[in-house]
Amino acid sequence: MRHLTAPLTEADVLSLHAGEHVLLSGTVYTARDAAHLRMMDCIAKGEDLPMELEGQVIYYAGPTPTPEGKPVGSIGPTTSTRMDASTPTLLAHGLRGMIGKGQRSAEVMQAMQEHPAVYFAAVGGAAALMAACVTSCEVIAWDDLGPESVKRLTLCELPLVVAADAYGKDAFTLGQEKYLRSIE
Amino acid sequence: MREIDAALITDTVARLCIEANRFLSQDVACALHQAEQEEPFAPAKDLLALLGKNEQIARETLMPICQDTGMAIVFAEVGQDVHINGDFEEAIHAGVHRGYVDGLLRKSVVGDPLRRVNTGDNTPAIIHTRLVKGDAIKLTVAPKGFGSENMSRLKMLTPAQGVEGVKEFVLETVKLAGANPCPPMVLGIGIGGDFERVAEMAKEALMLPMGQHNDDPYYAALEDELLALVNATGIGPQGLGGKTTCLGLHILAGATHIAGLPVAVNVSCHVTRHKTAVL
Repeated sequence: MRHLTAPLTEADVLSLHAGEHVLLSGTVYTARDAAHLRMMDCIAKGEDLPMELEGQVIYYAGPTPTPEGKPVGSIGPTTSTRMDASTPTLLAHGLRGMIGKGQRSAEVMQAMQEHPAVYFAAVGGAAALMAACVTSCEVIAWDDLGPESVKRLTLCELPLVVAADAYGKDAFTLGQEKYLRSIE
Repeated sequence: MREIDAALITDTVARLCIEANRFLSQDVACALHQAEQEEPFAPAKDLLALLGKNEQIARETLMPICQDTGMAIVFAEVGQDVHINGDFEEAIHAGVHRGYVDGLLRKSVVGDPLRRVNTGDNTPAIIHTRLVKGDAIKLTVAPKGFGSENMSRLKMLTPAQGVEGVKEFVLETVKLAGANPCPPMVLGIGIGGDFERVAEMAKEALMLPMGQHNDDPYYAALEDELLALVNATGIGPQGLGGKTTCLGLHILAGATHIAGLPVAVNVSCHVTRHKTAVL
Protein backbone atom coordinates (compact mmCIF):
# COMPACT_ATOMS: atom_id res chain seq x y z
CA MET A 1 0.00 0.00 0.00
CA ARG A 2 1.29 3.43 -0.99
CA HIS A 3 1.97 5.92 1.86
CA LEU A 4 1.52 9.66 1.29
CA THR A 5 2.07 12.69 3.50
CA ALA A 6 0.02 15.90 3.27
CA PRO A 7 0.57 18.67 2.25
CA LEU A 8 1.10 17.16 -1.19
CA THR A 9 3.58 18.14 -3.91
CA GLU A 10 2.65 18.42 -7.57
CA ALA A 11 4.83 15.34 -8.17
CA ASP A 12 2.80 13.37 -5.57
CA VAL A 13 -0.43 14.29 -7.33
CA LEU A 14 0.85 13.48 -10.81
CA SER A 15 1.97 10.02 -9.64
CA LEU A 16 -1.50 9.03 -8.40
CA HIS A 17 -4.04 7.15 -10.51
CA ALA A 18 -7.76 6.54 -10.08
CA GLY A 19 -8.53 3.31 -8.24
CA GLU A 20 -5.25 3.22 -6.28
CA HIS A 21 -5.49 2.58 -2.52
CA VAL A 22 -3.33 4.83 -0.31
CA LEU A 23 -2.70 5.60 3.36
CA LEU A 24 -2.57 9.33 4.04
CA SER A 25 -0.66 10.87 6.97
CA GLY A 26 0.25 14.47 7.78
CA THR A 27 -1.81 17.66 8.06
CA VAL A 28 -5.20 18.29 6.45
CA TYR A 29 -8.02 20.79 7.09
CA THR A 30 -11.73 20.13 7.49
CA ALA A 31 -14.20 22.34 5.64
CA ARG A 32 -17.73 21.62 4.46
CA ASP A 33 -20.74 23.57 3.18
CA ALA A 34 -20.73 26.64 5.44
CA ALA A 35 -16.92 26.98 5.57
CA HIS A 36 -16.76 26.80 1.77
CA LEU A 37 -19.26 29.67 1.49
CA ARG A 38 -17.10 31.73 3.87
CA MET A 39 -13.88 30.88 2.02
CA MET A 40 -15.50 31.98 -1.26
CA ASP A 41 -16.57 35.19 0.47
CA CYS A 42 -12.96 35.79 1.68
CA ILE A 43 -11.62 35.26 -1.85
CA ALA A 44 -14.25 37.59 -3.35
CA LYS A 45 -13.33 40.32 -0.86
CA GLY A 46 -9.57 39.73 -1.21
CA GLU A 47 -9.26 38.71 2.46
CA ASP A 48 -6.92 36.02 3.85
CA LEU A 49 -8.20 32.45 4.12
CA PRO A 50 -7.89 30.60 7.47
CA MET A 51 -4.97 28.65 5.98
CA GLU A 52 -2.52 29.06 3.09
CA LEU A 53 -4.06 26.76 0.44
CA GLU A 54 -0.91 25.94 -1.56
CA GLY A 55 -0.41 22.15 -1.58
CA GLN A 56 -3.06 21.56 1.09
CA VAL A 57 -5.71 18.89 1.37
CA ILE A 58 -9.28 19.65 2.49
CA TYR A 59 -11.32 16.92 4.16
CA TYR A 60 -15.07 17.42 3.69
CA ALA A 61 -16.01 16.45 7.23
CA GLY A 62 -17.81 17.63 10.33
CA PRO A 63 -16.94 15.35 13.26
CA THR A 64 -19.07 14.54 16.30
CA PRO A 65 -17.96 16.30 19.54
CA THR A 66 -14.63 15.11 20.94
CA PRO A 67 -14.99 12.66 23.85
CA GLU A 68 -12.73 13.18 26.85
CA GLY A 69 -9.33 11.58 26.41
CA LYS A 70 -9.68 11.19 22.62
CA PRO A 71 -8.25 13.49 19.91
CA VAL A 72 -11.51 13.67 17.91
CA GLY A 73 -15.04 12.27 17.65
CA SER A 74 -16.37 10.12 14.81
CA ILE A 75 -15.20 11.63 11.54
CA GLY A 76 -16.32 10.27 8.18
CA PRO A 77 -16.61 12.13 4.86
CA THR A 78 -19.63 14.11 3.70
CA THR A 79 -20.95 14.21 0.09
CA SER A 80 -18.40 16.10 -2.01
CA THR A 81 -20.69 17.25 -4.80
CA ARG A 82 -22.14 19.99 -2.58
CA MET A 83 -18.69 21.61 -2.64
CA ASP A 84 -18.35 21.35 -6.45
CA ALA A 85 -19.39 24.95 -7.14
CA SER A 86 -16.52 26.44 -5.11
CA THR A 87 -13.88 23.80 -5.86
CA PRO A 88 -12.48 25.17 -9.18
CA THR A 89 -11.81 28.53 -7.47
CA LEU A 90 -10.02 26.84 -4.54
CA LEU A 91 -7.98 24.70 -6.95
CA ALA A 92 -6.94 27.88 -8.77
CA HIS A 93 -5.76 29.19 -5.36
CA GLY A 94 -3.44 26.21 -4.82
CA LEU A 95 -5.63 23.51 -3.23
CA ARG A 96 -4.06 20.17 -4.20
CA GLY A 97 -6.23 17.50 -2.63
CA MET A 98 -9.72 16.77 -1.38
CA ILE A 99 -11.17 13.95 0.70
CA GLY A 100 -14.88 13.17 0.54
CA LYS A 101 -17.39 10.73 -0.84
CA GLY A 102 -19.26 10.43 -4.13
CA GLN A 103 -18.59 11.65 -7.65
CA ARG A 104 -17.50 15.16 -8.71
CA SER A 105 -18.86 17.41 -11.45
CA ALA A 106 -17.34 17.64 -14.93
CA GLU A 107 -16.18 21.18 -14.03
CA VAL A 108 -14.24 19.92 -10.99
CA MET A 109 -12.68 17.06 -12.99
CA GLN A 110 -11.60 19.60 -15.63
CA ALA A 111 -10.17 22.01 -13.03
CA MET A 112 -8.23 19.12 -11.43
CA GLN A 113 -6.45 18.64 -14.75
CA GLU A 114 -5.72 22.35 -15.22
CA HIS A 115 -4.37 22.74 -11.65
CA PRO A 116 -3.08 19.23 -10.90
CA ALA A 117 -5.01 17.88 -7.94
CA VAL A 118 -6.30 14.62 -6.51
CA TYR A 119 -9.66 13.68 -5.04
CA PHE A 120 -9.69 10.85 -2.51
CA ALA A 121 -12.74 8.86 -1.40
CA ALA A 122 -12.87 7.91 2.26
CA VAL A 123 -15.22 5.15 3.39
CA GLY A 124 -18.56 6.92 3.87
CA GLY A 125 -20.21 6.02 7.15
CA ALA A 126 -17.11 4.37 8.64
CA ALA A 127 -16.65 7.31 10.98
CA ALA A 128 -15.67 5.50 14.19
CA LEU A 129 -12.98 3.60 12.29
CA MET A 130 -11.60 6.80 10.77
CA ALA A 131 -11.44 8.58 14.13
CA ALA A 132 -8.72 6.08 15.05
CA CYS A 133 -6.55 7.53 12.21
CA VAL A 134 -6.64 11.10 13.60
CA THR A 135 -3.99 11.95 16.19
CA SER A 136 -4.84 15.62 16.75
CA CYS A 137 -7.66 18.06 15.98
CA GLU A 138 -7.66 21.81 16.53
CA VAL A 139 -10.26 24.39 15.49
CA ILE A 140 -8.45 27.13 13.54
CA ALA A 141 -11.35 29.24 12.24
CA TRP A 142 -15.08 29.95 12.44
CA ASP A 143 -15.78 28.24 15.75
CA ASP A 144 -19.34 29.65 15.53
CA LEU A 145 -20.07 27.08 12.81
CA GLY A 146 -19.84 24.26 15.37
CA PRO A 147 -19.37 20.97 13.51
CA GLU A 148 -18.72 22.99 10.34
CA SER A 149 -15.77 25.01 11.73
CA VAL A 150 -12.38 24.71 10.01
CA LYS A 151 -10.17 22.26 11.91
CA ARG A 152 -6.53 21.27 11.46
CA LEU A 153 -6.17 17.50 11.68
CA THR A 154 -3.07 15.36 11.98
CA LEU A 155 -3.64 12.04 10.24
CA CYS A 156 -1.92 8.73 10.70
CA GLU A 157 -2.46 6.33 7.81
CA LEU A 158 -6.04 7.19 6.87
CA PRO A 159 -7.17 4.56 4.31
CA LEU A 160 -8.32 6.22 1.07
CA VAL A 161 -9.01 5.41 -2.56
CA VAL A 162 -7.87 7.75 -5.33
CA ALA A 163 -11.37 8.54 -6.58
CA ALA A 164 -10.34 11.02 -9.28
CA ASP A 165 -6.86 11.82 -10.57
CA ALA A 166 -5.24 14.72 -12.41
CA TYR A 167 -5.75 12.94 -15.73
CA GLY A 168 -9.58 13.05 -15.76
CA LYS A 169 -10.09 9.42 -14.68
CA ASP A 170 -12.44 8.41 -11.89
CA ALA A 171 -12.53 5.25 -9.78
CA PHE A 172 -16.34 5.03 -9.72
CA THR A 173 -16.68 4.58 -13.48
CA LEU A 174 -13.61 2.32 -13.63
CA GLY A 175 -14.71 0.17 -10.66
CA GLN A 176 -18.29 -0.26 -11.83
CA GLU A 177 -17.16 -1.17 -15.37
CA LYS A 178 -14.65 -3.67 -13.98
CA TYR A 179 -17.30 -5.34 -11.78
CA LEU A 180 -19.86 -5.53 -14.62
CA ARG A 181 -17.23 -7.04 -16.95
CA SER A 182 -16.35 -9.61 -14.27
CA ILE A 183 -19.91 -11.00 -14.20
CA GLU A 184 -20.52 -11.06 -17.96
CA MET B 1 -57.00 5.89 31.77
CA ARG B 2 -53.28 5.34 32.32
CA GLU B 3 -51.09 8.25 33.39
CA ILE B 4 -47.64 8.70 31.79
CA ASP B 5 -45.31 11.50 32.84
CA ALA B 6 -43.78 13.66 30.12
CA ALA B 7 -40.45 13.24 31.97
CA LEU B 8 -40.49 9.52 31.15
CA ILE B 9 -40.95 10.37 27.46
CA THR B 10 -37.95 12.72 27.65
CA ASP B 11 -35.75 10.10 29.37
CA THR B 12 -36.72 7.46 26.81
CA VAL B 13 -36.15 9.64 23.74
CA ALA B 14 -32.72 10.72 25.09
CA ARG B 15 -31.68 7.10 25.61
CA LEU B 16 -32.97 6.01 22.18
CA CYS B 17 -31.08 8.85 20.42
CA ILE B 18 -27.81 7.71 21.99
CA GLU B 19 -28.35 3.97 21.51
CA ALA B 20 -29.48 4.32 17.89
CA ASN B 21 -26.31 6.24 17.04
CA ARG B 22 -23.87 3.90 18.79
CA PHE B 23 -25.34 0.46 18.24
CA LEU B 24 -26.36 -0.59 14.75
CA SER B 25 -29.56 -2.70 14.95
CA GLN B 26 -28.92 -6.42 14.81
CA ASP B 27 -30.91 -6.81 11.57
CA VAL B 28 -28.85 -4.20 9.69
CA ALA B 29 -25.56 -5.53 11.12
CA CYS B 30 -26.54 -9.07 10.01
CA ALA B 31 -27.50 -7.83 6.53
CA LEU B 32 -24.06 -6.15 6.22
CA HIS B 33 -22.31 -9.32 7.33
CA GLN B 34 -24.31 -11.49 4.94
CA ALA B 35 -23.64 -9.09 2.06
CA GLU B 36 -19.90 -9.32 2.79
CA GLN B 37 -20.09 -13.14 2.60
CA GLU B 38 -21.99 -13.04 -0.70
CA GLU B 39 -20.12 -10.21 -2.46
CA PRO B 40 -18.24 -11.68 -5.45
CA PHE B 41 -16.10 -8.57 -6.25
CA ALA B 42 -12.96 -8.50 -4.07
CA PRO B 43 -12.58 -4.70 -3.60
CA ALA B 44 -16.27 -4.48 -2.64
CA LYS B 45 -15.88 -7.34 -0.18
CA ASP B 46 -12.96 -5.49 1.48
CA LEU B 47 -15.08 -2.33 1.82
CA LEU B 48 -17.96 -4.28 3.38
CA ALA B 49 -15.50 -5.80 5.86
CA LEU B 50 -14.41 -2.25 6.84
CA LEU B 51 -18.04 -1.28 7.43
CA GLY B 52 -18.45 -4.30 9.70
CA LYS B 53 -15.29 -3.32 11.58
CA ASN B 54 -16.56 0.24 11.95
CA GLU B 55 -19.84 -0.99 13.45
CA GLN B 56 -17.83 -3.08 15.93
CA ILE B 57 -15.51 -0.19 16.91
CA ALA B 58 -18.53 2.09 17.46
CA ARG B 59 -20.19 -0.52 19.66
CA GLU B 60 -17.06 -1.18 21.72
CA THR B 61 -15.82 2.41 22.13
CA LEU B 62 -19.31 4.00 22.44
CA MET B 63 -18.55 6.34 19.53
CA PRO B 64 -21.25 7.23 16.98
CA ILE B 65 -21.20 4.79 14.03
CA CYS B 66 -21.37 7.71 11.58
CA GLN B 67 -20.45 11.36 12.16
CA ASP B 68 -23.79 12.36 10.63
CA THR B 69 -25.88 11.52 13.67
CA GLY B 70 -28.83 12.81 11.70
CA MET B 71 -31.98 14.74 12.27
CA ALA B 72 -34.02 12.97 14.95
CA ILE B 73 -37.16 11.53 13.37
CA VAL B 74 -39.56 10.32 16.07
CA PHE B 75 -42.51 8.05 15.42
CA ALA B 76 -44.96 7.94 18.31
CA GLU B 77 -47.92 5.58 18.58
CA VAL B 78 -49.98 6.92 21.45
CA GLY B 79 -52.64 4.70 23.01
CA GLN B 80 -56.01 6.45 23.21
CA ASP B 81 -56.36 5.36 26.85
CA VAL B 82 -53.22 7.24 27.91
CA HIS B 83 -53.19 10.60 29.63
CA ILE B 84 -49.86 12.42 29.36
CA ASN B 85 -48.87 14.60 32.30
CA GLY B 86 -47.08 17.50 30.62
CA ASP B 87 -46.43 18.69 27.08
CA PHE B 88 -45.98 15.70 24.74
CA GLU B 89 -44.05 17.38 21.90
CA GLU B 90 -41.93 19.49 24.26
CA ALA B 91 -41.01 16.28 26.10
CA ILE B 92 -39.74 14.75 22.83
CA HIS B 93 -37.71 17.84 21.90
CA ALA B 94 -36.22 17.87 25.42
CA GLY B 95 -35.24 14.22 24.97
CA VAL B 96 -33.50 15.00 21.68
CA HIS B 97 -31.70 17.94 23.32
CA ARG B 98 -30.45 15.76 26.17
CA GLY B 99 -29.54 12.78 23.99
CA TYR B 100 -27.52 14.83 21.52
CA VAL B 101 -25.74 16.93 24.17
CA ASP B 102 -25.02 14.16 26.71
CA GLY B 103 -24.29 11.54 24.05
CA LEU B 104 -21.75 13.75 22.24
CA LEU B 105 -23.73 13.43 19.03
CA ARG B 106 -23.29 15.97 16.24
CA LYS B 107 -25.67 18.90 16.19
CA SER B 108 -26.76 18.98 12.56
CA VAL B 109 -29.94 21.07 12.60
CA VAL B 110 -30.35 24.68 11.48
CA GLY B 111 -33.40 26.56 12.77
CA ASP B 112 -34.27 28.12 9.42
CA PRO B 113 -33.68 26.58 5.98
CA LEU B 114 -32.45 29.79 4.34
CA ARG B 115 -30.83 31.76 7.17
CA ARG B 116 -29.14 28.60 8.48
CA VAL B 117 -28.06 29.10 12.08
CA ASN B 118 -27.33 25.85 13.95
CA THR B 119 -29.77 25.37 16.84
CA GLY B 120 -26.91 23.88 18.87
CA ASP B 121 -28.79 20.90 20.32
CA ASN B 122 -30.19 19.12 17.25
CA THR B 123 -33.74 20.20 18.02
CA PRO B 124 -36.41 20.33 16.82
CA ALA B 125 -37.20 16.67 16.16
CA ILE B 126 -39.53 15.69 13.34
CA ILE B 127 -42.49 14.05 15.05
CA HIS B 128 -45.03 11.68 13.49
CA THR B 129 -47.82 10.87 15.94
CA ARG B 130 -50.54 8.28 15.47
CA LEU B 131 -53.40 7.60 17.87
CA VAL B 132 -53.87 3.85 18.40
CA LYS B 133 -55.86 1.50 20.63
CA GLY B 134 -54.60 0.67 24.11
CA ASP B 135 -52.86 2.33 27.02
CA ALA B 136 -49.22 2.32 25.96
CA ILE B 137 -46.91 4.68 24.05
CA LYS B 138 -44.53 3.24 21.47
CA LEU B 139 -41.62 5.52 20.61
CA THR B 140 -39.23 4.94 17.70
CA VAL B 141 -36.26 7.25 17.22
CA ALA B 142 -34.71 7.13 13.75
CA PRO B 143 -31.72 9.48 13.32
CA LYS B 144 -31.60 10.22 9.58
CA GLY B 145 -28.42 11.32 7.82
CA PHE B 146 -28.78 13.75 4.95
CA GLY B 147 -26.14 12.36 2.56
CA SER B 148 -28.78 9.77 1.72
CA GLU B 149 -31.87 11.90 2.50
CA ASN B 150 -30.72 14.36 -0.20
CA MET B 151 -30.88 11.56 -2.78
CA SER B 152 -34.55 10.76 -2.05
CA ARG B 153 -37.21 11.55 -4.67
CA LEU B 154 -40.97 11.72 -5.10
CA LYS B 155 -42.99 11.66 -8.31
CA MET B 156 -46.67 11.82 -9.15
CA LEU B 157 -46.93 9.16 -11.89
CA THR B 158 -50.06 8.63 -13.97
CA PRO B 159 -52.11 5.45 -13.50
CA ALA B 160 -51.18 4.42 -17.06
CA GLN B 161 -47.50 4.32 -16.12
CA GLY B 162 -48.33 1.48 -13.71
CA VAL B 163 -45.83 -0.86 -12.13
CA GLU B 164 -43.32 -0.36 -14.98
CA GLY B 165 -43.32 3.37 -14.23
CA VAL B 166 -42.65 2.63 -10.57
CA LYS B 167 -39.73 0.32 -11.36
CA GLU B 168 -38.26 2.86 -13.78
CA PHE B 169 -38.50 5.64 -11.17
CA VAL B 170 -36.86 3.56 -8.43
CA LEU B 171 -33.97 2.56 -10.72
CA GLU B 172 -33.53 6.12 -11.96
CA THR B 173 -33.38 7.32 -8.33
CA VAL B 174 -30.72 4.74 -7.44
CA LYS B 175 -28.61 5.62 -10.48
CA LEU B 176 -28.84 9.35 -9.80
CA ALA B 177 -27.84 8.70 -6.17
CA GLY B 178 -24.82 6.64 -7.27
CA ALA B 179 -21.99 6.85 -4.75
CA ASN B 180 -23.48 9.77 -2.77
CA PRO B 181 -25.74 8.05 -0.20
CA CYS B 182 -22.94 5.77 1.13
CA PRO B 183 -24.01 2.55 -0.58
CA PRO B 184 -24.84 -0.17 0.25
CA MET B 185 -28.10 1.69 0.66
CA VAL B 186 -31.43 0.77 2.19
CA LEU B 187 -34.54 1.88 0.28
CA GLY B 188 -37.96 2.75 1.64
CA ILE B 189 -40.56 2.92 -1.11
CA GLY B 190 -44.05 4.38 -0.78
CA ILE B 191 -46.66 3.78 -3.49
CA GLY B 192 -50.12 5.36 -3.46
CA GLY B 193 -51.79 7.72 -0.99
CA ASP B 194 -51.36 11.40 -1.81
CA PHE B 195 -48.41 13.81 -2.03
CA GLU B 196 -47.43 13.84 1.66
CA ARG B 197 -48.69 10.38 2.60
CA VAL B 198 -46.51 8.67 -0.02
CA ALA B 199 -43.39 10.30 1.44
CA GLU B 200 -44.43 9.25 4.94
CA MET B 201 -44.95 5.65 3.80
CA ALA B 202 -41.47 5.65 2.24
CA LYS B 203 -40.00 6.80 5.57
CA GLU B 204 -42.04 4.24 7.52
CA ALA B 205 -40.79 1.53 5.15
CA LEU B 206 -37.23 2.30 6.33
CA MET B 207 -38.26 1.36 9.88
CA LEU B 208 -39.19 -2.23 8.93
CA PRO B 209 -36.84 -5.06 9.93
CA MET B 210 -34.35 -5.93 7.18
CA GLY B 211 -35.35 -8.94 5.14
CA GLN B 212 -39.01 -8.73 6.16
CA HIS B 213 -41.32 -8.86 3.15
CA ASN B 214 -44.58 -7.04 2.50
CA ASP B 215 -47.55 -9.15 3.73
CA ASP B 216 -49.14 -8.93 0.28
CA PRO B 217 -47.46 -11.50 -2.04
CA TYR B 218 -47.82 -9.07 -4.97
CA TYR B 219 -45.68 -6.43 -3.25
CA ALA B 220 -43.34 -9.05 -1.74
CA ALA B 221 -42.54 -10.22 -5.28
CA LEU B 222 -42.08 -6.60 -6.40
CA GLU B 223 -39.63 -6.05 -3.51
CA ASP B 224 -37.55 -9.03 -4.67
CA GLU B 225 -37.65 -7.92 -8.29
CA LEU B 226 -36.63 -4.34 -7.47
CA LEU B 227 -33.80 -5.47 -5.17
CA ALA B 228 -32.42 -7.66 -7.95
CA LEU B 229 -32.66 -4.78 -10.46
CA VAL B 230 -30.90 -2.37 -8.08
CA ASN B 231 -28.15 -4.89 -7.36
CA ALA B 232 -27.60 -5.42 -11.09
CA THR B 233 -26.58 -1.76 -11.59
CA GLY B 234 -22.99 -2.48 -10.51
CA ILE B 235 -22.81 0.66 -8.33
CA GLY B 236 -21.59 -1.39 -5.37
CA PRO B 237 -20.30 -0.36 -1.93
CA GLN B 238 -19.28 3.33 -1.93
CA GLY B 239 -20.09 3.44 -5.65
CA LEU B 240 -16.75 1.80 -6.44
CA GLY B 241 -18.33 -1.22 -8.15
CA GLY B 242 -19.78 -4.50 -6.92
CA LYS B 243 -22.95 -6.47 -6.38
CA THR B 244 -23.97 -4.99 -3.03
CA THR B 245 -25.62 -1.71 -4.00
CA CYS B 246 -28.62 -2.24 -1.71
CA LEU B 247 -28.88 -4.19 1.56
CA GLY B 248 -32.64 -4.23 1.67
CA LEU B 249 -35.76 -2.63 0.26
CA HIS B 250 -39.28 -2.34 1.63
CA ILE B 251 -42.50 -1.23 -0.03
CA LEU B 252 -45.54 0.23 1.71
CA ALA B 253 -48.59 0.77 -0.48
CA GLY B 254 -51.89 2.49 0.21
CA ALA B 255 -55.14 3.61 -1.37
CA THR B 256 -54.91 6.48 -3.83
CA HIS B 257 -57.09 8.60 -6.17
CA ILE B 258 -58.40 7.32 -9.55
CA ALA B 259 -56.26 9.98 -11.27
CA GLY B 260 -53.00 9.31 -9.49
CA LEU B 261 -50.07 7.00 -8.81
CA PRO B 262 -47.73 8.73 -6.33
CA VAL B 263 -44.37 7.06 -5.69
CA ALA B 264 -41.65 8.06 -3.25
CA VAL B 265 -38.19 6.61 -2.66
CA ASN B 266 -36.57 7.44 0.66
CA VAL B 267 -32.88 6.60 0.31
CA SER B 268 -30.93 5.52 3.38
CA CYS B 269 -27.41 4.20 3.93
CA HIS B 270 -25.72 1.21 5.52
CA VAL B 271 -26.09 3.07 8.84
CA THR B 272 -29.89 2.86 8.83
CA ARG B 273 -30.74 3.53 12.47
CA HIS B 274 -33.87 3.07 14.51
CA LYS B 275 -34.51 2.12 18.12
CA THR B 276 -37.89 1.52 19.71
CA ALA B 277 -39.20 1.49 23.26
CA VAL B 278 -42.70 0.88 24.62
CA LEU B 279 -43.85 2.82 27.70
